[in-house]
Amino acid sequence: MLRLSVSAYAAMVGHCLDELPYEGCGLLAGASDSYGADDAHATRCYPTGNAARSSRVYTVEPRDMLRADRDAEAAGLAMIGVFHSHTHTDAYPSPTDVAQAPIPEWHYVLVSLRDTAPVVRSYRIVDGKIAEETVVLDRY
Amino acid sequence: MSVEVRLPTMLRQYAGGQSSVEANGATIGEVLGDLTVQFPQLRGHVITDDGGLHKFVNIYVNDDDVRYLDKLDTKVGNDDVVSILPAVAGGAR
Repeated sequence: MLRLSVSAYAAMVGHCLDELPYEGCGLLAGASDSYGADDAHATRCYPTGNAARSSRVYTVEPRDMLRADRDAEAAGLAMIGVFHSHTHTDAYPSPTDVAQAPIPEWHYVLVSLRDTAPVVRSYRIVDGKIAEETVVLDRY
Repeated sequence: MSVEVRLPTMLRQYAGGQSSVEANGATIGEVLGDLTVQFPQLRGHVITDDGGLHKFVNIYVNDDDVRYLDKLDTKVGNDDVVSILPAVAGGAR
């Protein structure tokens, strides 16, 4: 289960909408005991640039990754996952997502903007196998 | 020449749990070479079999991604900090 602080959720979905028509992406951080945990709590969202500037693929801008990592480290947080939007398809990992999901400890969050209301779903991806997990919004 | 190398959470398990280690070298290639001699388990995660940079990591000297500098030939000095972080990508295609 991935618990998402409301502030992180709002920042994530807002960033994905802002990035249209491109895919939006960013990182999610939480307390270090959330790293690799099945029951994780993402308390902070780091919106990043999409270096691919594409509606079909994303690459987290490397400089934004470095900045986010330094900020999280200084705050005693760990990077626990990544999010990106699918602008015209379901919130389900594509073959590209699975092939490029190298961190089994991470939570991979998809934001579909295909329909009027954004749809947020989360997955663990281990050895190419996709397992969906529940997403719960947390006030804190 | 000794530089500080900061490791991302997912690679610390291959370096005795350390978040930061010292490695020797005058270029990024030499630093990564020394790093993977000290911690052989890191090798497959940082360097490809043919000696290139692994596509799932980005290497930085201070604030700059070495892919936009001289890649493995990028020079480093004593006060430089080398960071290794995941390269994250994907998409609907």
